[in-house]
Amino acid sequence: MGSITLSHVKKSFGEVQIIPDISLDIKDGEFVVFVGPSGCGKSTLLRLIAGLEDTTSGQILLDGEDMTKAPPARRGLAMVFQSYALYPHMTVRDNIAFPLKMAKAPKEVIDQKVEYAARTLNLSSYLDRRPRALSGGQRQRVAIGRAIVREPKAFLFDEPLSNLDAALRVNMRLEITELHQQLKTTMIYVTHDQVEAMTMADRIVVLNAGNVEQFGSPLDLYKKPANRFVAGFIGSPRMNFVDGPEAAKYDAHAIGVRPEHFKLATAPTPGTWKGKVGVAEQLGSDTFLHVHVDGLGLMTIRTDGDQTFSHGDDVYLTPDPTRIYRFDAAGKAL
Amino acid sequence: MARNVSTGTKVGFTIAAWAVALILFSPILWVLLTAFKTEAEAISNTPTFFPQNFTLENFSAVQDRSDYFKHAINSILVSVGSTLLGLIIGIPAAWSMAFAPSKKTKDILMWMLSTKMMPAVGVLIPIYLIFRDLRLLDTVHGLTLIMTLINLPIIIWMLYTYFKEIPVDILEAARMDGAELWNEIVHVLVPMAVPGIASTLLLNVILAWNEAFWTITLTSGRAGTLTAFISSFSSPQGLFLAKLSAASLLAIAPILLMGWFSQKQLVRGLTFGAVK
Ligand SMILES: Nc1ncnc2c1ncn2[C@@H]1O[C@H](COP(=O)(O)OP(=O)(O)OP(=O)(O)O)[C@@H](O)[C@H]1O
Ligand SMILES: [Mg+2]
Repeated sequence: MGSITLSHVKKSFGEVQIIPDISLDIKDGEFVVFVGPSGCGKSTLLRLIAGLEDTTSGQILLDGEDMTKAPPARRGLAMVFQSYALYPHMTVRDNIAFPLKMAKAPKEVIDQKVEYAARTLNLSSYLDRRPRALSGGQRQRVAIGRAIVREPKAFLFDEPLSNLDAALRVNMRLEITELHQQLKTTMIYVTHDQVEAMTMADRIVVLNAGNVEQFGSPLDLYKKPANRFVAGFIGSPRMNFVDGPEAAKYDAHAIGVRPEHFKLATAPTPGTWKGKVGVAEQLGSDTFLHVHVDGLGLMTIRTDGDQTFSHGDDVYLTPDPTRIYRFDAAGKAL
Repeated sequence: MARNVSTGTKVGFTIAAWAVALILFSPILWVLLTAFKTEAEAISNTPTFFPQNFTLENFSAVQDRSDYFKHAINSILVSVGSTLLGLIIGIPAAWSMAFAPSKKTKDILMWMLSTKMMPAVGVLIPIYLIFRDLRLLDTVHGLTLIMTLINLPIIIWMLYTYFKEIPVDILEAARMDGAELWNEIVHVLVPMAVPGIASTLLLNVILAWNEAFWTITLTSGRAGTLTAFISSFSSPQGLFLAKLSAASLLAIAPILLMGWFSQKQLVRGLTFGAVK
């Protein structure tokens, strides 16, 4: 079991309020991702759950039990750090065994669990090495191994992949997702990479300046963003925003159109937006066009990779009328 | 970028460095040579460099007059004992200052350092009286206690500096792994800080070994250390240079050897933060 409930959690460092007031309900077995821009308080929130920071006020419940004041060692959670935080003076085997030793598990149990974790994570041939002699990906696997052997109520990950190169990141992302499907243990995963958030999460918490902007499934956030911040944050490339008279036509303060929701033409038809191609980014499968639209500014358009455009080409854009997002003056979705 | 230094400059610096080293070493050399001379040769008006009549009689005379081994054992007990006691107190203290600092931590550190700037005689009378009333005068444990107190600021400062270099993530990982504070310190912090703790230990053993003010003023016979042993040879009965040299040589030899064998560790520990 591993449900996590935050109730009116607040956190200040001295005079500075980092988390004004957050309430969240994370179900047992869920994979929840905290995502948001740098400095929005993702790590702080995770550390509050872990017990590494004390809450200023509010309650943290694990499986319904009030753990607000409990030290990290008593909460039964495991954490994987961005820096891996392996014990440099211990071998891989001792690193993975450490939580079990702290729990005073018998030696046979320790050996058996360490072997099992090492096999699951492809670490069997490195067990007698020191962390110093491992690659970044292997170190991160050791950190995960150390987390799984203690069979925690929940796993907490703080940007575990951000020190890895792109290819390895994709691999590890899959491995962690697979691990979740295998263990079915609650996981909270902090990242500022919205692709990680979309691909891994059951539900995503979008944070901004210490506030929850929206909490929902990836497709919910994509299809029904609660406000302009979420609309802009989820989806890659970013949504295009237009305000002024063009938005007023749709009875909104501002409208948003995703790059993939445009019809593109090379000849004008009534009502289209005319623009000039600035940069065309060709990825092979897709081409991202950065178009300077007359009177509306720079917009990003996604087209399929077979279309070739070059700098200075005139293009005509028609936003898909059924896929237009409307926002009021405060940024709330209409 | 490699700096180009002419051969002449290099030779000049080398000669200067050797000259300085020789000047610093000369008193020890003098002691070393004099210890093997006869008393007459040591005070003769035409000084000799090497002993003309090589003799070991000074050493047996010294041992006869006041027991060298008893003093040596006291020195070992006091210097090692006070250092270990200091580490037992200093490690948790430095942990809290490095990893759970409060607003006043910096002030406390400065205040502790400031006690080292105070002249020891300033507190001689109160300490003497306290020691008298607690019957700690001329006892090894009393001396160990005062030596611990004297060196604690240095121990805490050194440990604090080393601990600051340790990534706090790793200690937090230990907490997440279920380690209580005690386990966090014993299984994670201390093993990671071994180089720093070792040089703190070495330096403080040396400092306590060489300490002369308190060891001389608070002891009279039973608990005297090697510094008290040397000073007993500059007595009203006359200054016997050869015997004094023999006594000094015996007193400094152990620590000199220890320093020699541990110099790599000492240099590494003392420059830990600087070169990382
Ligand atoms: N111990 C601390 N003392 C004071 N301020 C802190 C402390 N820890 C974090 N902060 C502040 O709290 C805010 C949120 O920090 P946090 O590390 O939670 O951000 P984050 O969302 O994880 O950012 P990133 O994506 O860069 O890791 C930042 O403005 C940071 O400066
Ligand atoms: Mg962070």
